[in-house]
Amino acid sequence: MTTITVAEDASAVTTRKSVPPKGSRSSTTTALLMLLPAAVLLITFLLVPIGLTFGLAFTNARLISPRPAEFVGVDNFVRLFDDETFWKSLRNTIIFAAVIVPVQSACALGLALLVNVKMRGVNFFRTVYFLPVVTSMVVVSMLWLFMYQKNGLINQVLLKFGIAGPDWLGDPKTALIAIILMSAWQAMGFHMVIWLSGLQTIPGDLYEAAELDGAGTWQKFRYVTWPGLRQTRTFILITITISAFALFTQVNIMTQGGPLDSTSTLVLMAVRTGFQQQQTGYASAISLAFFVLVLAVTLVQRYYTRDKDVA
Amino acid sequence: MKLTSTTTRVAVGLLAVALPLSMAACTKGGSSSSSGGAGGGELTMWTHNAGNKGELAAITQIVNDYNKSQSKYKVKIQAFPQDSYNQSVVAAAASKKLPCILDIDGPNVPNWAWAGYLAPLEGLDGTLSKFLPSVLGKYDGKTYSYGYYDVALVMVTRKTILDKYGIRVPTVDQPWTKDEFTAALKKLKASGDFQNPLDIATSFTGEWWPYAYSPMLQSFGGDLINRNDYKSAEGALNGPKAVEWAKWFRGLVTDGLVPLKSGADPAKDFINGKTAILYNGTWTAVDTRKAFGKDTLFLPPPDLGNGPKIGGGSWQWGISQNCSDQAGALDYMKFAAQDKYVASVARDTNNIPATDAAAAEVKGYEQGGENQLFLEYAKKFAVLRPVTPGYPFIATEFTKTAQDILNGADPKQALDQAVKNIDANQKSNGYFQ
Repeated sequence: MTTITVAEDASAVTTRKSVPPKGSRSSTTTALLMLLPAAVLLITFLLVPIGLTFGLAFTNARLISPRPAEFVGVDNFVRLFDDETFWKSLRNTIIFAAVIVPVQSACALGLALLVNVKMRGVNFFRTVYFLPVVTSMVVVSMLWLFMYQKNGLINQVLLKFGIAGPDWLGDPKTALIAIILMSAWQAMGFHMVIWLSGLQTIPGDLYEAAELDGAGTWQKFRYVTWPGLRQTRTFILITITISAFALFTQVNIMTQGGPLDSTSTLVLMAVRTGFQQQQTGYASAISLAFFVLVLAVTLVQRYYTRDKDVA
Repeated sequence: MKLTSTTTRVAVGLLAVALPLSMAACTKGGSSSSSGGAGGGELTMWTHNAGNKGELAAITQIVNDYNKSQSKYKVKIQAFPQDSYNQSVVAAAASKKLPCILDIDGPNVPNWAWAGYLAPLEGLDGTLSKFLPSVLGKYDGKTYSYGYYDVALVMVTRKTILDKYGIRVPTVDQPWTKDEFTAALKKLKASGDFQNPLDIATSFTGEWWPYAYSPMLQSFGGDLINRNDYKSAEGALNGPKAVEWAKWFRGLVTDGLVPLKSGADPAKDFINGKTAILYNGTWTAVDTRKAFGKDTLFLPPPDLGNGPKIGGGSWQWGISQNCSDQAGALDYMKFAAQDKYVASVARDTNNIPATDAAAAEVKGYEQGGENQLFLEYAKKFAVLRPVTPGYPFIATEFTKTAQDILNGADPKQALDQAVKNIDANQKSNGYFQ
């Protein structure tokens, strides 16, 4: 490990040296110019909307109305914390994230280990596992909607084993689980590829050395692969968590938050309130609550991952 | 060499900046060209029926006739898919880019009129007095829209089924009573011949829920809101009658008379014999008649206490407030309100023609025709959805509440919550005064 870092540093130094100091002023301009498109997009589609959300959350702004928005203080938040659907949505969002992060990353790692072998046809499997990712979420949701029906494919298969399957999406007890399984299946391929790239950065001589020391398969995984994937792990943890909190498409297509709010999420609630019910102010309050939640989780994650980086 | 590479980088950077900007400009240009007919007598028209060939063709015919009939104005059609239509209108209205002429789902008319999207139709009172009242969009004493057709809700079944199980065929004057209806469904269930004794098409989404199920609530004697002043839903949506409706509604599922979730195409389930009685709009008439011919019955919905009720009001046409040429738009609206066009649109969409003169021209709706009873249902049983700008909110709230009740939520609690939300919304809008 140490030798590698030193080598990397050395090469970094040489590249830096090869850049002539003369060009530095013009490369600042270039850098700024390169930054401009991203900055324009970020400001227009991220910073401005976030700013607006902060402002609108304290008004009674409406999507369609001849009346101007009025400042209503924390009314929206009082109403929000009194709203049962909000608490249910919050609970569902947290359960979804708490389950899908370990499940999806573990399954993706399993797949990555499976396809990280040198044999003929491995590319075929890599493609197959990656297919759901390139398929539109809307299409995937529609397909699973049929499969989850009471006499759909999944229950027919279960019936072969003598199990009478539930009405997956129609039962408040199973609806969220059904959505979690389907979402994990859909996104798994993407994280498999990231794990795979992580696996391939681990140099083969480390495994050779471990083998010489008499390490078994599990020991090789535990002491070579796992520590070697530290950076990848952090990345995967953060990306899955963020996408888990933003859960919307599947729910919107498959259950619309039902039955009995068992699959309602914060984003779904915000969209429903803001567009169908036209309450821009209230929807902004929901978005703000969501923003705070994601911010808190991200800060906690950053704290933990930074700690390990230093070590 | 160095210089060139820097220049290239700058060029690429500039290109990267220019690209999204030019794309933004493109979309902007696209929408501004669709704005209300500023350019030389061109009137833009928006319609929701891009996915509905029959209706779009009928409307296109009217527009072509109009464009040929005079040379002052030229109407240009832009069709949208129904799913995204309302959002497109709201977005266009927010940026003051509404087309001159547009179609609107009936219950949304008060909301859009109140918001100032729509301009009243002036000088058409004479023509419109011949239209069914349920196809006119009115708000605050003014007419903002008219439709070519209405739809009736019916109980579709077959005469052979009713005869086999000894169930009386109900009529307009003597519909099924609640007890009779329940007994009939229980009999059908007991026979075991049908997977669903009754199918109320719960798999449909969106506006279907308030359109189809609030008439049942009204038939019990409840309503979505108090219609005397449209200020509160208290007592209407959570009174004893409404709770009774909710219990009955849930009971349909717990007694196994109605599937909690219908199949993707309930009409197909009926045609395939899975369902004994199908609750649906008259649009199913074509397919079901094709399958069963004269055996098909289109019965009035049951009288659940307060007489049979069906939803009234379908898609309607109006003109926008920000249209630069109101006179031109009104001229088109007058031209398009002719009986022959009412007839052609109703014929091509298999719906109920909005005027009697048009009905006489459409096959099936002539005196003694097989569809005449649809017109009769529409005239006798139709209840407009609440005429208040708060309707879109009420609709989503009712949909969610009805879904929760069907899934087993406590009826009184669910209805109380809906009333609380609706009242809060009405109040926060100053009761739409």
